Amino acid sequence: MVLPDQVLYAMEAALNGLLSGVMYALVALGFVLIFKASGVFNYAQGVMALFAALTLVGIQQGQVPFADVINLIPGVEVHGFGWTVPALLAIVLTGLVMIGMALIIEALILKHLVNQPPIILFMATIGLAYFLEGLGDTMWGADIKTMDVGLPQGMSGTIDTVTNAWFGYGFYVDQLNIVATVVAAVLVALLMLFSQYSKQGRALRAVADDHQAALSVGISLRFIWVLVWSIAGFVALVAGIMWGARSGVQFSLSLIALKALPVLMLGGFTSIPGAIVGGLIIGVGEQLFEFWVGPLVGGATENWFAYVLALVFLVFRPQGLFGEKIIERV
Amino acid sequence: MFYREAGDFKTSYPDDSQTFPIRFDRLGYYAVLLLGFVVLPFVLNDYWTNAVFIPFLIYAIAALGLNILVGYCGQLSLGTGGFMAVGAYACYKLTTAFPDINIVFHILGAGIITAGVGLLFGLPSLRIKGFYLAVATLAAQFFLVWLFNRVPWFYNYSASGQISMPERTVFGIAVTGAQVAPWAGYMVCLVFVVVLAWMARNLTRGATGRKWMAIRDMDIAAEIIGVNPLRAKLTAFAVSSFYVGIAGALFFSVYLGAVEVGEAFGIEKSFAVLFMIIIGGLGSIFGSFAGAAFMVVLPVLIKLVLVDSWGWPTDLAAHIRLMIVGALIIIFLIAEPHGMAQLWRVTKDKLRLWPFPH
Repeated sequence: MVLPDQVLYAMEAALNGLLSGVMYALVALGFVLIFKASGVFNYAQGVMALFAALTLVGIQQGQVPFADVINLIPGVEVHGFGWTVPALLAIVLTGLVMIGMALIIEALILKHLVNQPPIILFMATIGLAYFLEGLGDTMWGADIKTMDVGLPQGMSGTIDTVTNAWFGYGFYVDQLNIVATVVAAVLVALLMLFSQYSKQGRALRAVADDHQAALSVGISLRFIWVLVWSIAGFVALVAGIMWGARSGVQFSLSLIALKALPVLMLGGFTSIPGAIVGGLIIGVGEQLFEFWVGPLVGGATENWFAYVLALVFLVFRPQGLFGEKIIERV
Repeated sequence: MFYREAGDFKTSYPDDSQTFPIRFDRLGYYAVLLLGFVVLPFVLNDYWTNAVFIPFLIYAIAALGLNILVGYCGQLSLGTGGFMAVGAYACYKLTTAFPDINIVFHILGAGIITAGVGLLFGLPSLRIKGFYLAVATLAAQFFLVWLFNRVPWFYNYSASGQISMPERTVFGIAVTGAQVAPWAGYMVCLVFVVVLAWMARNLTRGATGRKWMAIRDMDIAAEIIGVNPLRAKLTAFAVSSFYVGIAGALFFSVYLGAVEVGEAFGIEKSFAVLFMIIIGGLGSIFGSFAGAAFMVVLPVLIKLVLVDSWGWPTDLAAHIRLMIVGALIIIFLIAEPHGMAQLWRVTKDKLRLWPFPH
């Protein structure tokens, strides 16, 4: 099959857009989980991903937490424990840290902010984001780290060969993006199974549906909150691993939260499928827009395109693609 | 003892509806004005003006503007940084295009232009509400910053992509540029703050402000009792952007002097101003000032303690500062969700009964 070059390039851009859309969806997923279960718009999700990635790298390389602070004591000089931890064990340990964090967040913040208006909760998560950002840097140092948990990187040979055979032009697709897609699919499937078939999952859906009704049938709200923040922490860990492997573990990692926001708007704050579909639409739209319009207006359109797309979209459908219909009464 | 309305008789309606009905408050207000206009300009040194007072005054204007939108009209906005950038660039373009006109008019013009841009980005608020609107205003933030970065016309095709303020004078005294006396820049900001705060106070207690508050409390109910939501929301966006635009123009012209848009007016600026009004108190003029003071003084204080007196390394102190700011925000929200303005109100109520509370 012979297609014009422009079409082929656009197809390549769209394919890559789809795959990076999955990465956006990974972050958006964490937002949706927390928003559904507790009505909290968790701005700290991106920083949680950064914190998880930092912790993972730190544990793996046997860094001493708070080394910079400890070194302030005169005569003390520590740098590392001098061991390295296998990737899998490090991931499990980081998962435990994230669960611990969920417990602390519930006990210190959420418990005291029950029944506050949403904007106050939102601001509290921004405060949390600042705190975690500072904590991550204080614990593990602010230098850029590389994430190495054995994920494949670089150009995918198979796709290159296959597309070369079909169109006579090999598509460049990063292997990491393919892995991320598989991981995201597995993650969503697991979450679906968990929320449909396990007792806790059912309780989670009940809380999402109606807090008071859930309380009245004996579901512990506090337990559900810890649970959902732990799951969100785990999702953040996965997102942190993927993004960290792609672009290094550094401050800019926390900015992926800003990438996930338009995805959320597009898909609706309360829908898991919405997060996936929204991520895909934004990923593809962004790439194609940059491909066709970017060169005409000076490039770097991916900074704002997603937002403007979501904005235009929302004007026609204010609750997003899959969001619950907003019914207002006096 | 001193702080009560007993014996302070009002004999006319204007007296009765004045902003500070208690004499002690009124005297305090005049004392602060006197301090600001007559005492401070003579005692301020370079460091205190540039590290504390000028940023405080400018952020107070921005916080007033955002408070009108978020606190009084209930429309959550995260686009403050972008609108400040509009103000800064409008001021720059105006003052380079018409160098003979007084800078004060350029700053006002920058406010008006920003009001127009704010109006445009406020249009979706008629359909989109709550957090969806907050994220939608991020579109303004990112798009505007990108625009000023990429379109060379806005920065007059300068090689560095920065804009820098030429020297301008008011009454023959330089207020911008390299040769500014600390008090000159301070006075310009102070005059703007006083006039704008006075305007905000009177707008928010009049018909316009009541309409905004009706929309904030429940927009559908407000619509039913005859408030036009289109007009109320759009005026809130316009007035708020006017304030924010002036803050941006002053931030660029008087405070920084040279600006790189992504650095000076990024998303952090939007969050910083939002923090100010939340910590200060939503829907309160005093709260805007208190919040601005808190967020300006806190980093200076932390740096003074950690770096200058304890001798910690600067980068570690910066990380600790982030932690402290984050923790303080959370603690504040838990202890007093209505902000410092509420603390002030409670204190005043106690003072009125003091020393005989029963």
